Amino acid sequence: MSGSATKLPGVLESVLMPMLNILVALLASGLVVLALGEDPVVVLSLLIEGAFGYEEAIGYTFYYATNFIFTGLAVSVAFHAGHFNIGGEGQAMLGGLGLTLAVFWLGSSAPVLSIILAVFGAALFGAAWAFIPAWLQAHRGSHVVITTIMFNFIASALLAYLLVGPLQRPGGQMPESSDFPDGTALPQFHELMEILGISFEQSPLNLSFLIALLAAFGVWFLLARTRFGYEMRVTGQNSDAAKFAGISVPRVTVIALMMSGALAGMMGLNELLGEQLRLIGNFTLGYGFVGIAVAFMGRNHPVGIVLAAILFGAVYQGGAEIGFEIPKITRDMSVVIQGLVILFAGAMPHLFRRPVTALYARFAGKGNK
Amino acid sequence: MKKLVIRVVAAVVVCLAPAFSAFGQSFDPVLLYDIGGKFDKSFNEAAFRGAERFSKDTGISFRDFEPNSETQYEQALKRFARRKADVIVAVGVGYSVAVRNVAKRYPNIKFTVIDAVIDLPNVQSITFKENEGSFLVGMIAGLSTKSGKLGFIGGMDIPLIDRFKVGYKQGVAYVRDDVSFIENYVGTTPAAWNDPIKAAEMARSQYARGVDIIFSAAGPSGLGVINAAKDSGTLAIGVDSNQNHVQPGYVLTSMLKRVDLAVEQAMNSAKDGSWTSGHRVMGLPEGGVDYALDEHNAALISDAMKARLEDARAKIIAGEIVVEDVDGGNSGH
Repeated sequence: MSGSATKLPGVLESVLMPMLNILVALLASGLVVLALGEDPVVVLSLLIEGAFGYEEAIGYTFYYATNFIFTGLAVSVAFHAGHFNIGGEGQAMLGGLGLTLAVFWLGSSAPVLSIILAVFGAALFGAAWAFIPAWLQAHRGSHVVITTIMFNFIASALLAYLLVGPLQRPGGQMPESSDFPDGTALPQFHELMEILGISFEQSPLNLSFLIALLAAFGVWFLLARTRFGYEMRVTGQNSDAAKFAGISVPRVTVIALMMSGALAGMMGLNELLGEQLRLIGNFTLGYGFVGIAVAFMGRNHPVGIVLAAILFGAVYQGGAEIGFEIPKITRDMSVVIQGLVILFAGAMPHLFRRPVTALYARFAGKGNK
Repeated sequence: MKKLVIRVVAAVVVCLAPAFSAFGQSFDPVLLYDIGGKFDKSFNEAAFRGAERFSKDTGISFRDFEPNSETQYEQALKRFARRKADVIVAVGVGYSVAVRNVAKRYPNIKFTVIDAVIDLPNVQSITFKENEGSFLVGMIAGLSTKSGKLGFIGGMDIPLIDRFKVGYKQGVAYVRDDVSFIENYVGTTPAAWNDPIKAAEMARSQYARGVDIIFSAAGPSGLGVINAAKDSGTLAIGVDSNQNHVQPGYVLTSMLKRVDLAVEQAMNSAKDGSWTSGHRVMGLPEGGVDYALDEHNAALISDAMKARLEDARAKIIAGEIVVEDVDGGNSGH
């Protein structure tokens, strides 16, 4: 760090610093908008309005956030064990395949059972897809960054093959499966609220958001409260020390990466079982990669990841809204804003540490005198 | 701080104002492109031109959207349906399931879908007899080839694109029976429409193997084929829009698919109340497909060729020549 002896209190560290970074990212995006000849204040307010302005927008924001929670947690779990899983994309594809198979297998006879099976199918297939790179890393030393990214391509090719072959919708021309049988869908949020007697506008937000929150809690519990979580963290900090302490590093590596794959695989629950109700080739849309940024912005802490995921969800949804309303600013603009958020909040988290620490030291110092 | 709040509020009002004025306008048409973008010089651009003409004639502006992935088809449809667009024109085979889903949910909104057949009371489906237009450009290729080797590069490997190929080959066979073909497809996913680099590689390989004319039915990817034709001094045949001007002298002709007409007619009919649901087919008799002839390729098409083409056109319209089709050329749901 900056070598300063003063430590910032938790609130400043985990709230103020990220907020400052986001603010700078938004300012920089404003300059880009200005360069395009549009009013940055209009565009930014449209972004916020489009992300949180009305119930449906909120629904979409949290719908996108659900994807990011899953992929962000996936990256983070692997990272705690000292590995960089950038295969979230491929693991999510396989997870989608797993849940699709479960739904087609039992969906028409026992819909509810098939949904439960689909949740496990998604996790299982995702984990299985991560197993091979994990095993190679643990026992052969093949670097997991290389192997997981290659497995993304294999997954994509496999899905394309299945969707223009055996799984293709009869009579269809696009790489997509038949519709899931009736009744095999995760209940949507507005349906759940209706049961509680609250009316909420229709949006794709569905039960998988709660599953994602549960997963976040599970990850926190695992890391902070279990023996295996401790072993993972030790391995991640220093695998030699872990080995010396009697921890089986290969075992931790394989299990951590498989858990990571399972989390990424569950992303399909939101996209496919929550909204699309059919398997579509290319449904992951880079969410697996965005998960890396989400994990780092969230400082690899489950709560941080949930918050970062909501921020990214807002940028996705608000950015789409800008694309619809101001034709001059295409969807690529939201990619630029995301990029700047990642740059300032993810890659340069310590940009303001020095001035903030100095300021804090001055005020804290005064208080002590 | 207070100033900032006021500014933000003002900004929200300002940015909502155009949205309200769009509602204030009595008629609100929407055009949704397929992957590849509005200015692809091919399929999507044809749709854009049709909507532009409608807009110029009536003074009514239209809204449009370019998806960049297949999951956005449905999101875009839903969004405009919720905002009560009067007619939503979606161009591209990829929209078929998405239009079906959204049209069911919004039975009061009119949808026009091009290249797919959806059997719902609020959906108008327009498809083209691409095989008939491809027959004519096939004849031109057959009459022009010197090497006796012709190429075909399709976008996505789907029955819709096979239909171009079948018509093309039959057209060639109608004028010559000693021609061999080399065929390639860019891919199997919608990304294949937007991969001019891969299409150019395929074209180079075909030209290197002695092909002297390639017909590319690949939307925006076809631009790669046309550039490869220029690089190797050979000929390409454009598709959907008139692409003769893209590399003048290297584009033999273009198979016109009048998506512009379909879009314009859909918007016009929705405006004057004559819009009807159901399936409409646009072939040679309806002027839905044709070959392109302009100053850029005038030197390449002789009068004798023109005479034969017009003769064949009359025979197809009269039913004396039946151009083959493929099963499942248009997915119906």
